[in-house]
Amino acid sequence: MRTSAFLTDSTLCIGCKACEVACKEWNDVPADFVEWKGLSYDNTQALGARTWRHVKFVEGLPEIGKGGNDPSAFSWSFSSDVCKHCEVAGCLEACPTGALVRTEFDSVYLQPDVCNGCAYCVVSCPFGVLSRDSDDGRAFKCTFCYDRQKADLMPACAKVCPTESIQFGELDDLRQRAQERMTELQDRGVTDARVYDPVDTSVQGTHAIFIFRGDERMYNLPRDPEVPTQYLKRAWTSAAIAAGAMLAGTLLAFLGSGGKKL
Amino acid sequence: MSDVPALRPEFSPELDKEQRLILIEREAKAMLPAATGLPEISAATGYYGLPVIKEPSWSWEIPLYFFIGGAAGAAGVIEGVARLTGDSPKLVRDARRIAMAGSVLSPALLISDLGRPARFLAMLRVFKPQSPMSVGVWILMGFGAGTSAATLGSWLRERSGESALARFLETAGDVGALLFGMPLASYTGALIGVTVIPAWNRNAGMLPLHFAASGVNSGAGLLELAGHQSRALNWLGMGAAAVETGMGASIELEKHPAVDPLKHGPSGWLIRVGGVLSGPIPLALRAMSLFTSGKRAAKFRKYAAVSSVVGSAVTRVAWIQAGHVSAREARP
Repeated sequence: MRTSAFLTDSTLCIGCKACEVACKEWNDVPADFVEWKGLSYDNTQALGARTWRHVKFVEGLPEIGKGGNDPSAFSWSFSSDVCKHCEVAGCLEACPTGALVRTEFDSVYLQPDVCNGCAYCVVSCPFGVLSRDSDDGRAFKCTFCYDRQKADLMPACAKVCPTESIQFGELDDLRQRAQERMTELQDRGVTDARVYDPVDTSVQGTHAIFIFRGDERMYNLPRDPEVPTQYLKRAWTSAAIAAGAMLAGTLLAFLGSGGKKL
Repeated sequence: MSDVPALRPEFSPELDKEQRLILIEREAKAMLPAATGLPEISAATGYYGLPVIKEPSWSWEIPLYFFIGGAAGAAGVIEGVARLTGDSPKLVRDARRIAMAGSVLSPALLISDLGRPARFLAMLRVFKPQSPMSVGVWILMGFGAGTSAATLGSWLRERSGESALARFLETAGDVGALLFGMPLASYTGALIGVTVIPAWNRNAGMLPLHFAASGVNSGAGLLELAGHQSRALNWLGMGAAAVETGMGASIELEKHPAVDPLKHGPSGWLIRVGGVLSGPIPLALRAMSLFTSGKRAAKFRKYAAVSSVVGSAVTRVAWIQAGHVSAREARP
C-alpha cells in the first residue's frame, strides 16, 4: 500500500506531448476525435474517454519573461493535465456498478470489464475528466497506469517526460517537493508561481498536483472543485418530504372525497 | 481532361481561372476555425472559454424515463391508496396498469441508454447509498416487483376466482407499489441534483419535490384521461398543480448565475412552458371545475389533465436541456 501521486510542473513543460503519446501507446487508447480548432497547438481541448493526458497550451498577450524577451512575443505556458485521482472522488461515489474502485496505490481505477456505460460518472467529476466513448459505449479515464504500478514501473507519461515536468512518487514527498519548487521559483523572481493542491475543498485533496504561473482558472482548474455527494443530504431530505407529501396528499384526497365520483 | 479526379467536378478545367479562384477561396474559408481572432484565456473565461465539466451524455431515453417513471410512481401511490381506502376497483385496476406499464418501459429505456446495454445486470452487483443512481435502480426493482405481484394477483383472481394467494399477491403488490412509487417519483430529482452541473445541484433541495409533483400531475392526469372522473383525482391534481406553481415561481425568483439556463434562452423557455402547463393552467382549470358542474366541469378537468401531462413531459426535457447549457457555460 502506497499513496502514489503525480506532480506536474508547468514551468518545466515544453509542450512536446510525449506524455499524451506514451499514454496512448501503453494503454492502447484510440485516436481522439480531433478536428481543427484553431486554439494554439491544442486540438484535443480537454480530457476525455480517449484523452487521459492532455497538454494545455496557455497562450496570452505578450509579457516579458513568459515566452521570451521579445516584447512582441506572445506568452506561452504548457501544462499537462490528467485525472486528479481525488481523495473524495465524485465518479467513484456515483458509479452504480462498482466499476470504479480505489486501488492499493490510492488511485481511482475504472474496471472496463464491469462498466456498463451508464455515464453517471461523467456528470459527477468536478474536473470534467471522464466521458463516455461514443463508439465503445463505456466511460474511460486515466488508470494511473495501474498495471505498470503493479509491476513497480512508473506511469508511462512520467517515464517519457523529457524535462521531468511530470514527476511520479509518494504524495507526501511530492507535496513537499512542490512547495520547495514554488519557493525556489519565487526566489528567482517568478513571483506568480503557484501550487494547485485543493486540500481545503470538498474533494479533500488530489493525487495529481500542479505547479504553474498565474491563475489556476486560466488552466481550467476549478478554484473550488465540488464533489457532488455534498448535495446528497439536501436532495434526499427533499425526496423524503416529497414522499410524505405524496402519501399525505393522496390519502387526504381519497379519504376526504369519500370516493365520490363526478 | 481525363486526369481530373471524378470526386471534384467543381474543379473542372472548363471553368475559367477567376471562377476557380473563387472556389478555392470558399474552400479555404471553410477551414477557418470557428473562433477567429485572438483566442482568449483569462481567469474569467478559463482556458479558451472551454467548459470545465462535461455535458451529460445521456440520450433522449433519460428525459422520457423521468416522465414515464414519474407518472408510474404516482400511479403506484394512487393504486395503493385507492386500494387501502376501498375506492373503486376500476380505478385501482387502471392505476395498476399504468404502474405496470411504467415498470416495464422504465428499465427498457434505461437499458437502452446504456453504452453497453447487455451489461445492465452490473447495476445489481452493488447497492451504494451514496449513489442516487444505484439507489434508483433498486427503487425501480422494488417497484417492478410490487406492480408485477399485484398484476399477477389480479390476473389469478380474474382467472380462477378469489383465493388466499391471489389476495395476498394483490394486496402485497399494491402496498409495494405505494411504498416504492413514492421514491420512484421523486428520486430522479436527487439523481440530477447530486451532480456537478450547477443548474442542477443548486436546486438539489427542490428537484425531488418538483419531480414528484410533476409525476403526480401526470399520473392523476393519465387516469382522468382514462375516464376516471373522481373528486379525489381532481383534488390530487390541484395539489400537484399548486406545488408546481410554487416551483415555477421559485425558479423565476432565484437570482444566481448558475440558474440562468433555467430562465434564459431556449432551455429557459422550455422550463417556463413546462411550468405554466403544469402549474397555473391546470390549477385554474381545476378550480373552475369546482364552480361548475356536469359536462362543463368535466371539460375543464379534461383540459387540465392534458395540460398537466404535457407539462410534465416538457418539464423533464427542459431540465435535461438546462443541464446541457449549464455544463457548457460552466467556467472554473
